[in-house]
Amino acid sequence: MRISKSPWLLHYDGSSCNGCDIEVLAATTPRFDVERFGIINTGNPKHADIFLCTGGVNSQNQDVIRQIYDQMPDPKVVLACGICACDGGIFKDCYNILGGTDTVIPVDVYVPGCAVRPEALIDGVVKALKLLDEKADKMKRGEYRSMTSAEYAEALKIKGQLAEAADTEEKDA
Amino acid sequence: MPALAFLILFPFAAAFILFFMKRDSRARTFVVILSALAELAASIFFAIDNFASHDMTMGTFYMAETHVIDMIMAAVEIFLMLLVFSQAVRFRKFYVMILSALGTLPALYLDFTGMSETSASHIKVDHLTVIMVLVVGIVGSLICMYAAGYIKDYHHHHTEFRDRSGYFLSLLFVFLGAMMGLISSDNLLWMYFFWEITSVCSFLLIGYSQTREAVTNSFRALWMNLLGGCGFMAAIIFCVGIMEITNISQLLLFAALPAMALFPVAMLAFAALTKSAQLPFSGWLLGAMVAPTPTSALLHSATMVKAGVYLLLRLSPMMHGTYVGIMVSAIGGFTFFAASLLAITVSDGKKVLAYSTISNLGLITAAAGCGMPEAVWAGIMLLIFHAVTKSMMFMSVGAYENSTGSRDVEDMHGMIVRYPRLAFVMTIGIFGMAVVPMGMCVAKWAALKAFIDSGYVYLTLFLCFGSASTLFYWIKWLGKIFSVPKGSYKHEDTVHGSEWIAIWPLSLTAVILCLIYPVISALVVTPYTQNAFSGAVNRFATSAGMFDHAAASETIAAISTEDFIIMGVMLICMCVLPLGMKYVNSVQERRVLAYMSGFNTGDDRSFYDSLGEEKGQYLSNWYMRDVFGEKKLLMPCLMVTTAFLLVMLTVCTVGGLFI
Amino acid sequence: MTVFSTAAVIIYLVFSPLIACLFSGVDRVVTARMQGRRGPKLMQPWYDLVKLFSKESTSVNDIQKILVMAHCFFAIFSGAIFFSGEDVLLVLFALTMAEVFLILAAYSVNAAYSELGAQRELLQMMAYEPMTLLTAVGFYLSTGSFKVEDIIGTDLPLIIKMPGFFIGFFFIMIVKLRKSPFDLSTSHHAHQELIKGLTGDLSGPVYGFSELAELYEEVLMLGIAALFFITSDPISYLWALIAIAVIMFCMSLIDNIFPRVKWEVLLKTAWLVTIFAGGANLVILSLLRK
Repeated sequence: MRISKSPWLLHYDGSSCNGCDIEVLAATTPRFDVERFGIINTGNPKHADIFLCTGGVNSQNQDVIRQIYDQMPDPKVVLACGICACDGGIFKDCYNILGGTDTVIPVDVYVPGCAVRPEALIDGVVKALKLLDEKADKMKRGEYRSMTSAEYAEALKIKGQLAEAADTEEKDA
Repeated sequence: MPALAFLILFPFAAAFILFFMKRDSRARTFVVILSALAELAASIFFAIDNFASHDMTMGTFYMAETHVIDMIMAAVEIFLMLLVFSQAVRFRKFYVMILSALGTLPALYLDFTGMSETSASHIKVDHLTVIMVLVVGIVGSLICMYAAGYIKDYHHHHTEFRDRSGYFLSLLFVFLGAMMGLISSDNLLWMYFFWEITSVCSFLLIGYSQTREAVTNSFRALWMNLLGGCGFMAAIIFCVGIMEITNISQLLLFAALPAMALFPVAMLAFAALTKSAQLPFSGWLLGAMVAPTPTSALLHSATMVKAGVYLLLRLSPMMHGTYVGIMVSAIGGFTFFAASLLAITVSDGKKVLAYSTISNLGLITAAAGCGMPEAVWAGIMLLIFHAVTKSMMFMSVGAYENSTGSRDVEDMHGMIVRYPRLAFVMTIGIFGMAVVPMGMCVAKWAALKAFIDSGYVYLTLFLCFGSASTLFYWIKWLGKIFSVPKGSYKHEDTVHGSEWIAIWPLSLTAVILCLIYPVISALVVTPYTQNAFSGAVNRFATSAGMFDHAAASETIAAISTEDFIIMGVMLICMCVLPLGMKYVNSVQERRVLAYMSGFNTGDDRSFYDSLGEEKGQYLSNWYMRDVFGEKKLLMPCLMVTTAFLLVMLTVCTVGGLFI
Repeated sequence: MTVFSTAAVIIYLVFSPLIACLFSGVDRVVTARMQGRRGPKLMQPWYDLVKLFSKESTSVNDIQKILVMAHCFFAIFSGAIFFSGEDVLLVLFALTMAEVFLILAAYSVNAAYSELGAQRELLQMMAYEPMTLLTAVGFYLSTGSFKVEDIIGTDLPLIIKMPGFFIGFFFIMIVKLRKSPFDLSTSHHAHQELIKGLTGDLSGPVYGFSELAELYEEVLMLGIAALFFITSDPISYLWALIAIAVIMFCMSLIDNIFPRVKWEVLLKTAWLVTIFAGGANLVILSLLRK
């Protein structure tokens, strides 16, 4: 039996205009009815398989996102929904915004849109389900463990240093 | 007989010695432990001896000729009255003088005029006496041992009180002796004598610290108990003057003619209600919580309050279908329910225990008021289980208080990590009080069945609602103990060896009792109920037509063998749990933080508030003070029960005196 | 134990999760249809359960896991007592004990939502416990025995004698099966106050165990409800099945009509229903018995 038959969602709203959040809720209404795929909006990281983020990351909620992500049991996938969650969107240059969801945790699927349409959202979830199954299979074979937020931060740091080094190399050249 | 005399007199002797050992010393601890052990051994010997050599079916009688002893008792009674008078004058509480005189003077009159001279025996030993001797002897002695270590720590923590620990310990032993006397007396005047000693002793023990609160509470306890004593006296006067009997066993012969005995039984029941702290007399027992813990343990579990229900259980055959029975069972049932609601709203550990005691005694009272063999069976079982479990709870709360300086349930948060040994004992205690397959629940179950069978429907309702709220306050306490705050570690408890000597055997007994109660039932409880009700059988057979004695004696063990086996399996499964924990945790797995909306600061002790600052997390239990609060509920309860009691007493008095 | 009861226990142990999943699956579809949605697949609860057991096991502390497993064990155990035809009171007591373990697991977490959930669960128990006990009393009064095997041996369906008890029991079943309440310990609805409170800090297989226990409990509760209809006549089992279907439908309906029940309302109404429906019936039964 595939894990994708029962994907439970956790919806987290970062720094957003709430447009995407309303669309997420719209997806659960009779018109779109995501429950027909077995999707439940759990509201609790410990029960969730899919972390659905809307809105950008700011200096206040970054720790919250990290913690919630870490509390989710494997296998799990992260969905950045809406343009703000993808890279900060219209708020990108605000003093308090760090950027998209991937500035703090690894993101598996990016769903663009301002605001994201329920159709796009469902499409994104379905993509995420495939990933979820893959991860579950790998986990069963003992080949996979998801990155913790701390490991991800470390990886970002190394990536940044590498980029910087490449930059200086380029300049030097 | 020598064993019984030893049981009654030895504690007084021990008390006498201890009274002069004012200073805390190794010798005194030694004396306390030795005397307690002697008393304990004597009570066990007494029980075995009775089984081995006597036929207890009809009870064994002793001491027919007692003129000298009567005179000594009269002297002691005068002394007690003068003691009360002096205290009353000292603290300007003159009303207790009236109550004391009202009770004592008639007793003296009866003694000196020789009106109460009787050829009947003064002491009677039957199955119920043996049960009570075992309960008082074992639990009471263990409490005395516990007290030796406890009182040392108590004065260590409370340097503001004058150290009168020798006096304290000697009072505990006096109490024990009085209790032994009370449960073996058959003569009403003798019983009254010991009854008064326990009243005055509890007054002195509650007032031990001599703070203003302690004094107020001790006088409350005194006047309520003396009032009960007056009721007792009224019953004696009626018995001696009109019915021309002096003994309880003679009174019980009137079971076939309940109208005649209505008045004395009502008065004795009234006295018992005060002693067992049933509503509206619950106040004194709550107030008694200011006293050092051994007092509460002794008063609440093994002795004082048990004297009341003991008397009720004795009188139970007289109560079926009478007004007294209705009064007693209704008050008991109501108290069971109301006190368990009130217990939800308090957070002081000892106060919760006090309310729970009142509530459980209510159930025993209700069972006694039913006046059916099954109900009395359940009542006696409740009494045994309650004595063991509750004293253990009191002791562990006291030990916890001495270790941490607080006895509030709120402060027991995370106890399972900090004080695992005490937490373990408390867990046994709470499971024992509230959850099947442990003792209290089994007895409650039997009580439920008895209530249905005896047709007391309203008692069934009280029981159903009461046990639901009982569960609430116990389990939320247990939950506090089971909390595991991240990063907490084990603390060293300051519990003395002498305290553990008392606590471990009791916890062991609490568990073992669940496995061997059918044996106890077959050996003592069922024979008692059968004999006690055999005199009353004719009345049941003719009047109600619903009582089949033979059938009742067979099904008296309300719980069938299959049920017993199932519960045994459950108990074993529970014991396996700690082992299972090792196995389950042997697989290494990822630890995550508790969910606190993602705002944890790294553990579960604090979180970031809206300004980004750390704030401690404080988790409080739910007390629902605005729903069942003492302020809201206590007054109406007291008024309802007082009114009901007055009406019923009037009915009984009128019915008993003039019809 | 007879052959019949042994078979009943085995069927209960093996098939309960499937049966209960089917029931709640139907319930979810019916609920969705009431709301004008298509709803999930019929066996969706089963998929959920299997998924939970395939997930990573994480825990908050040392004792959480064993407590939940004890909860599951005793919940199944109490059902087994019931289907083996033993004492119905013992079943209820054992069920209470099972519940206590789950509450302790929630308390052990030491976090606000879990602890609040645990306390609300206790309140919920306080609300429904009198009625469950009274129901057992009712069975005893009308059949003279607490034993399930005797209770199902009557000639007339018990609902005729105990309509009040049935109303009360139906009422508390809604609570017991975690249907309606909004701010109570935990419910099947996503949108609720305490973020699954009681079970909020359980994850993966541990959460799976608590769900499994709930499925067994559901079968047990429906079994007790069936006692009202089963008689010595074998046809009555069919009637009982129909009755259970009707009960389930009514529960969904009530759930959808009253989605915002709060604890004050719950406690008050549950106790009032217990007193008026259960209590009145109790009085009548005990008078009849005399």
